[in-house]
Amino acid sequence: MSAFFGDSGSDCRTNEGVSPLKVRTTQKRRIIADVAARVGMWGATLMVMIPIFLIFYYIAKKGLPTMDWEFLTQSQPFSMRARGGGFVHGLIGTLIMVGLAALISVPLGVLGAIYLVEYGKGRPLAQVVRFFSDVMTGVPSVFVGLFVYTALVIPYGFGAVMGAAALAIIMLPIVVRSSEEMLKLVPRELKEASYALGAGKWQTITRVVLPTAAPGITTGVMLAVARAAGETAPLILTALGSLEIVTKMVGEPIASLPVLVFTGARNPFPAGQERAWAGALELLLLVLVFTLLARIASSRNKLQQ
Amino acid sequence: MSQEPAFSVRDLHVSYGGQPALKDVGMDIEPCKIIAVIGPSGCGKSTLLRCFNRMNDLIPGAKITGEVLYNGQDIYAKDVDPVTIRRSVGMVFQRPNPFPKSIRDNVAYGARINGYKGNMDELVERSLRGAALWDEVKDNLNKSALSLSGGQQQRLCIARAIAVEPDTILMDEPASALDPVATSKIEDLMQELKEKYTIIIVTHNMQQAARVSDKAAFLYTEVNETGKARWGILVEYDDTDRIFTNPRDKRTEDYISGRFG
Ligand SMILES: Nc1ncnc2c1ncn2[C@@H]1O[C@H](COP(=O)(O)OP(=O)(O)O)[C@@H](O)[C@H]1O
Ligand SMILES: [Mg+2]
Repeated sequence: MSAFFGDSGSDCRTNEGVSPLKVRTTQKRRIIADVAARVGMWGATLMVMIPIFLIFYYIAKKGLPTMDWEFLTQSQPFSMRARGGGFVHGLIGTLIMVGLAALISVPLGVLGAIYLVEYGKGRPLAQVVRFFSDVMTGVPSVFVGLFVYTALVIPYGFGAVMGAAALAIIMLPIVVRSSEEMLKLVPRELKEASYALGAGKWQTITRVVLPTAAPGITTGVMLAVARAAGETAPLILTALGSLEIVTKMVGEPIASLPVLVFTGARNPFPAGQERAWAGALELLLLVLVFTLLARIASSRNKLQQ
Repeated sequence: MSQEPAFSVRDLHVSYGGQPALKDVGMDIEPCKIIAVIGPSGCGKSTLLRCFNRMNDLIPGAKITGEVLYNGQDIYAKDVDPVTIRRSVGMVFQRPNPFPKSIRDNVAYGARINGYKGNMDELVERSLRGAALWDEVKDNLNKSALSLSGGQQQRLCIARAIAVEPDTILMDEPASALDPVATSKIEDLMQELKEKYTIIIVTHNMQQAARVSDKAAFLYTEVNETGKARWGILVEYDDTDRIFTNPRDKRTEDYISGRFG
């Protein structure tokens, strides 16, 4: 018995018989392993941070000199060569199209997620919806642009609605899958409590399930919005671009921040390139705001507290 | 027996996905009594309880046959909406499950669902008083229910249940997650509640069943010859005193005296 348990077989109250040397070495080994793990972890974190930091640094350095009040409030001059002006037409276009896309994809996506979690459980249709959501998340966004180009732009021309349609298709699977995860987190006990009080299924969904999952759903929506705000290729194919503020929804090409950054960066004149840098910074800040809002929403998540 | 039973259970069989869980249960439950359901784990106590408000309907694959008469009406008849049953047969669960809403909204939930037209503040106060919680929370009605202690949460769940003005309250091991002080508060509360409500309580705790209940039902697991299928049966249903001092069935006696389960 005592041999089997080694040192602990001796009197454990006094630690007698426990070799002090052995304690030391095991402690040392543990400390070394601990330090090594810590160094490794910090190293890995740093490696991840470096590219992020560099992106921020370069965009800020190149964009800040051009980013002034005029840039934020004026449209682009007619000639790329000319200095001055700004991307407000792109900002407005982006907000219109992302807003419209959210208006389409959020209700659809949340309803879809409700179907998956509350109604479709185990049904073949739910499996199909889930499968295609996953596939759509992985589809390159330029394909989505090409699809909307064929389906909407060829018959009706470029426009905000076409751009929004493309962005909505990109956002939809993200909203569906993230909302589904959040809805699944709502404890069964809460739903049972609601049913036991005489609530119907839809009442339970609107009054208990959705409010409980709302912060998490908001997080997913914000991330989808951030993703859509930065999409370029599908907008080139559906919204094209414009030099001034456009508020018509159909039949007129409309500008957006990412497309303006793209065209500005491709042009040979320094003035246009400087505007592109400032536009990239503006886009980065916009996405940052959405991500921040997502963080705030998720920190309010009652289920994770 | 002079009084009309609140519930009459006849030939009740329940199965989950083809596996029997409860066989051939029959019992009458008188109003304004506390009925304890006791028995070893997995013998179908919760299953039986959930038959009284049709909560088993929510479980895919659950199949219920037989009759559960509630004030003479079969609640499993074709034209009965389970929602209306649940409005008069409330339920309190094993783990306190308040909504992540304010204390007031928790209590008001059922009334709002039912389109209650009366004075909501009054209803909230009356229900919280009824659940012996009012004095502890009256200044914090807008605080989140999740900030309450476990025992307070469970009493809030009772307040939430009585706010819809049911006549029966089902309790599934309502004190098993609580400390002794909170438990005795719930037990005291049950004695008050029984003035107005029929209470059916599942409990693991023999002493609790003996303390609080007027009648007790002992369920036990039966196993078929192959040992593969098992289901619950109602072994004995009688006055609590009789069950605990002089049970008719050997299995009840063995269980009460702690020889198994
Ligand atoms: N939702 C369910 N699906 C399938 N089987 C279940 C379900 N709930 C309970 N059962 C089965 O029914 C039997 C009785 O369970 P239950 O009524 O919860 O017992 P108790 O409450 O007495 O512990 C158990 O064998 C259990 O596995
Ligand atoms: Mg149980």
